[in-house]
Amino acid sequence: MNKNVKPLVLTNARVIDPANSMDEAGAVIVQDGTILAAGADALNQGAPDGAQIIDCNGAVVAPGLIDIGVSVGEPGAEHRETLESASRAAAVGGVTTILTSPNTDPVIDDPALVDFMLRRARDTALVNVHPMAALTKGLAGKDMSELGLLKEAGAIAFSNDRLPITNSSVLVRLLTYARDFDALVVHQAQDKDLAGSGVMNAGLRASWLGLGGIPREAEFVAIERDMRLVAMAKGKYHARLISCPQSAQAIQRAKNDGLNVTAGISINHLTLNENDIGPYRTFHKMSPPLRTEDDRQAMVAALADGTIDIIMSDHNPQDVETKRHPFAEAEDGALGLETMLGAGMRLVLNEDISLSKLLATMTCNPADRLGLPAGRLSKGAPADLIVFDPQKPWIVEKDKIRSRSKNTPYEDETLTGRVLTTIVAGGILDHDAI
Amino acid sequence: MNGSSMTMKTTHRSTAFPHRHLLGIEGLQPPHINYLLDLADEAVEVSRQVEKQKAVLRGRTQINLFFEASTRTQSSFELAGKRLGADVMNMSVSTSSVKKGETLIDTAATLNAMRPDLLVVRHHAAGAVHLLARKVGCAVVNAGDGPHEHPTQALLDALTIRRHKGTLGGLTVAICGDIRHSRVARSNIILLSNMGARVRVIAPSTLLPSGIHSMGVEVFTDMREGLKGCDIVMMLRLQRERMSGAFVPSVREYFRYHGLDSEKLSYANPDALVMHPGPMNRGVEISAEVADGPQSLIREQVEMGVAIRMAVLEALAQNLPDTP
Repeated sequence: MNKNVKPLVLTNARVIDPANSMDEAGAVIVQDGTILAAGADALNQGAPDGAQIIDCNGAVVAPGLIDIGVSVGEPGAEHRETLESASRAAAVGGVTTILTSPNTDPVIDDPALVDFMLRRARDTALVNVHPMAALTKGLAGKDMSELGLLKEAGAIAFSNDRLPITNSSVLVRLLTYARDFDALVVHQAQDKDLAGSGVMNAGLRASWLGLGGIPREAEFVAIERDMRLVAMAKGKYHARLISCPQSAQAIQRAKNDGLNVTAGISINHLTLNENDIGPYRTFHKMSPPLRTEDDRQAMVAALADGTIDIIMSDHNPQDVETKRHPFAEAEDGALGLETMLGAGMRLVLNEDISLSKLLATMTCNPADRLGLPAGRLSKGAPADLIVFDPQKPWIVEKDKIRSRSKNTPYEDETLTGRVLTTIVAGGILDHDAI
Repeated sequence: MNGSSMTMKTTHRSTAFPHRHLLGIEGLQPPHINYLLDLADEAVEVSRQVEKQKAVLRGRTQINLFFEASTRTQSSFELAGKRLGADVMNMSVSTSSVKKGETLIDTAATLNAMRPDLLVVRHHAAGAVHLLARKVGCAVVNAGDGPHEHPTQALLDALTIRRHKGTLGGLTVAICGDIRHSRVARSNIILLSNMGARVRVIAPSTLLPSGIHSMGVEVFTDMREGLKGCDIVMMLRLQRERMSGAFVPSVREYFRYHGLDSEKLSYANPDALVMHPGPMNRGVEISAEVADGPQSLIREQVEMGVAIRMAVLEALAQNLPDTP
């Protein structure tokens, strides 16, 4: 990591730090890779000697984003993405910390592989990388993996990626066992039988397109089951991605009952709907599928009222080999690291949520859930920062995508809100050089 | 009752041990337990003589009925019966007619017709020994019924502890490992609590039975924390089928967090003693170093097993009818 030896002062900024309910004109001072001061009073003691001063011209300075849903191709599919390429995509998107999914080849279900990820990240990645490990061996949903040893090796949380654990007994034992290690279970709830061979949201649109549908029930029946199992095991659970209002209601009820539950969503499910699939666009094929506009609006409302805690990019690089197929045969997944903030700004510009709220779901909320010190501008926190202009429009051009894959659902679209500077551990990452 | 002849028999029960069967530790009062331990102390002396024979069971027939293989327990009961002068017959499941579809009740009726005096039963199903006891005319000893109870194991553990520590009352005893599936744990929790010991259980949450917090024990999932200040560390065997992902993810992870090694043992009192009902999985729930080390009583438990079974058989024989 490119560490600045000199202290750094970001002046003339709109400092937004959701963790400390801060949104004010001021400055941020960085020293020795950590935050020294932030806000209107930050420069009361003056700038540290020899500090590099950056005039932000009124742009926003906020904590760097933490993305808890990133698939990297490494190890096993380096032609689609590596830790290095994913980290470049992250850096230009303002993401300073990524959580990698264990859905690699081999699956990250052994302490030695967690160690491999950490060493590769240290040697090649520009941003912070925390590997998640598999909940079950080989992601097969049968035998629990070595949660204790994996956590000791550095796994930050445990996920079965997009693969649901259908056996309730396996899930309840995992939740129970994970409790002994205070480990977070991240689960994509889906009833496999209800989902069947569906490839998009069930309903009129799927029927006209002649595609198999995945009903909402496939998700919320499983979410409701999961909530019961969390209560039974007294576990610590994060719903990886929910896509329909009934799931949000189940999460809300569980929270009201005092269960240790949080919920996530991908930026895609907040900004796109099934109509975007248009004429069988496979870049919009996702799991769970994009739902209707009513569903999307309900999910935005669930984000605004705090039922949904965390937005992730659900970054999932796919290439022509996997995407250039008839819709039903194409792989699920879309890129997201570079566009998460710009796409999220649509919600802010539409006045659905405040900028501070949007940032909370990408900074302190995931940090708090994972026990990370980052995601805030508190004194002593890691100096992972972004400077971004919330008004600046830009076009998502395929040629400029840093990811090795190009499957963005926002291709050629204009997004408003551009990250100007990304700082990781006090070191400035020059976007032009990335 | 069922009108069988046994209900007509007159029995005069010993006041020291007023039980017809030994089906579990549940129901035994502390004086009854002490009586058995005292008898067993005498049995230890008998067993340590060249002439290891008493005649209290002379003429009596003891059948060891094992529906589940157990070399150790079965030979311990066999030896105990023989040292007391009984005629001992072993029946194991592989040679019995259970394999041919005979029900437990049929087996009981068949055995009853052979007029045994003592029946020692091991069965894989909880409650099977109780069922059998209601259908036969002789005294029944539970040699382990599923995950329910294993009273002679708890008694031999108590005997071993008492001989080393002088008493059970006031001791802190940690029972560690697969509590959920263990009959040894259940019997020991009842016995030790009744005798005034403080009982702790230490296990991964997946190996704790539901309701454990209401069993009158302290519950720990961290071994070092749980072992602090313990006088006795009892390890339990982890069955092979439970160590590869169903209840714990792997042997190496289990050993790392729940296997007793000298480092973890150092958290217990310096004079803490280590026990294991056997057979051990070295490197799974216990390290070889600790199993064979100076704090281990594991070998001695086997000797005490014979003694306590002699005591149990003798105590039950006192309550057998004198007339057929």
